[in-house]
Amino acid sequence: MDAAKLMSIMISMVFINNFILSKFLGLCPFIGVSRESKPAISMGLAVTFVMTIASIITWLIYRYLLVPFDITYMRTISFILVIASFVQFVEMAIRKTSPGLYKAFGIYLPLITVNCAVLGVAVLNSEAFFLNGYAVKGSFLMSVAQGFFAGIGYLLAMLLMSGIRERLELINVPKSLEGVPLAFIVAALMSLAFMGFSGFSR
Amino acid sequence: MNIIVPVLTLSGLGVAFGVGLAIAAKKLCVVSDPRLEEIYAKLPGANCGACGMPGCMGFAEALIQGTCTVERCAVMQDEERAEVAGILGVEAKIKVKLVAVLHCHGGNQRVKDKYIYTGARDCILAHLVEGGPKECFYGCVGYGDCARACPFGAITMNEEDLPVVNENKCTACGACVAICPKKLFSLVSVSKTYAVRCKSLDFGKKVLDVCSVGCIACRKCEKACPTGAIKVINNLAVIDYTICDNRGECFKVCPTKSIAKKKEDKAWES
Repeated sequence: MDAAKLMSIMISMVFINNFILSKFLGLCPFIGVSRESKPAISMGLAVTFVMTIASIITWLIYRYLLVPFDITYMRTISFILVIASFVQFVEMAIRKTSPGLYKAFGIYLPLITVNCAVLGVAVLNSEAFFLNGYAVKGSFLMSVAQGFFAGIGYLLAMLLMSGIRERLELINVPKSLEGVPLAFIVAALMSLAFMGFSGFSR
Repeated sequence: MNIIVPVLTLSGLGVAFGVGLAIAAKKLCVVSDPRLEEIYAKLPGANCGACGMPGCMGFAEALIQGTCTVERCAVMQDEERAEVAGILGVEAKIKVKLVAVLHCHGGNQRVKDKYIYTGARDCILAHLVEGGPKECFYGCVGYGDCARACPFGAITMNEEDLPVVNENKCTACGACVAICPKKLFSLVSVSKTYAVRCKSLDFGKKVLDVCSVGCIACRKCEKACPTGAIKVINNLAVIDYTICDNRGECFKVCPTKSIAKKKEDKAWES
């Protein structure tokens, strides 16, 4: 995988196909945890971490288990299974080995074990980097890069949203729009703005 | 026969991950101290943070690790503190009950506004704009950050937009001391009945121009006090509560009534 390919994956995942603002995946934590910046950043980091791990492990499952047995139609359920159990395992390992890291984002891990954004990146990897049942050249690294940058895109959207919502808290708004309704309007406007990136790709 | 392969593959995966997780749960389990839950149940559960730990659970953990003492909790009463100390196997010291006292009584009737403020009704934000809308830079802004910050609901705003502390509810957790942008609160022993209700460091003339009850640093209290507990420092009378023994001479002589007396019903008389 060359640098140009990596760059195009990065631009694509962070801006053009941003998971929250263009693909509308993972909206639940996007609305729920974006009230303040600090938990939003923790959540974004946790999602980035889980997406990278999930990309690695689902690529292995897909390449060496589902493709050879010709049961790729089972990918959704098997991906859910492996992602959920692996994240559980990682959570236990972090809790045991590093209490500091566990405090920083460990508590968010159980929240996102079966998040649709995480499953989405795994499904996207299996669609984008496998042609006619065969892995394209360098597909493992591309999968990992795609997972990682999808997480970075998620972190970016969380950060922007939490920054805006922190300021919205202090503004007088009509009673019926306070809180989540206004957050939805803001999310829609941000999503419109991100649509502007769609002309970037060839 | 087509169904055999996916069933076997998926159940194989399931069993492998299930067994793996079961082993991991045994190997990686974190043993928590049984005393933790016991102590946590005895703590007030207000998560006020006066002890400096992240909530009551953090305080319980710090107690067990020995990085903190029972006295750090400002909220617990003596018998609760003794119980927690009993679980830990240490002895608790008796603590003097403190309450929060506001050092300003220039309400909106006594201090004029210097401009019309239409922003968010929040003391910290209003303080950013030229020190708040009141003429007195040192006085209470009156938007009730302290009342919102109080985890025990001990502070209410009166009709003059000044916070009133309910001493029965106040636990001296220090939340109001920390949040007030003018630093108007201090924690004073509940037995002390006199307080200087002003924080203005301005010269007497300037204080008189903006507030009818401000300290003008005339030093009458300093001369009247037989124990020398009250001193005028930087144009402001300050009571040293380690010396003060509630004689009240300062209250009698104060010409601007900026020294107040706590009445029987715990309200401050000015």
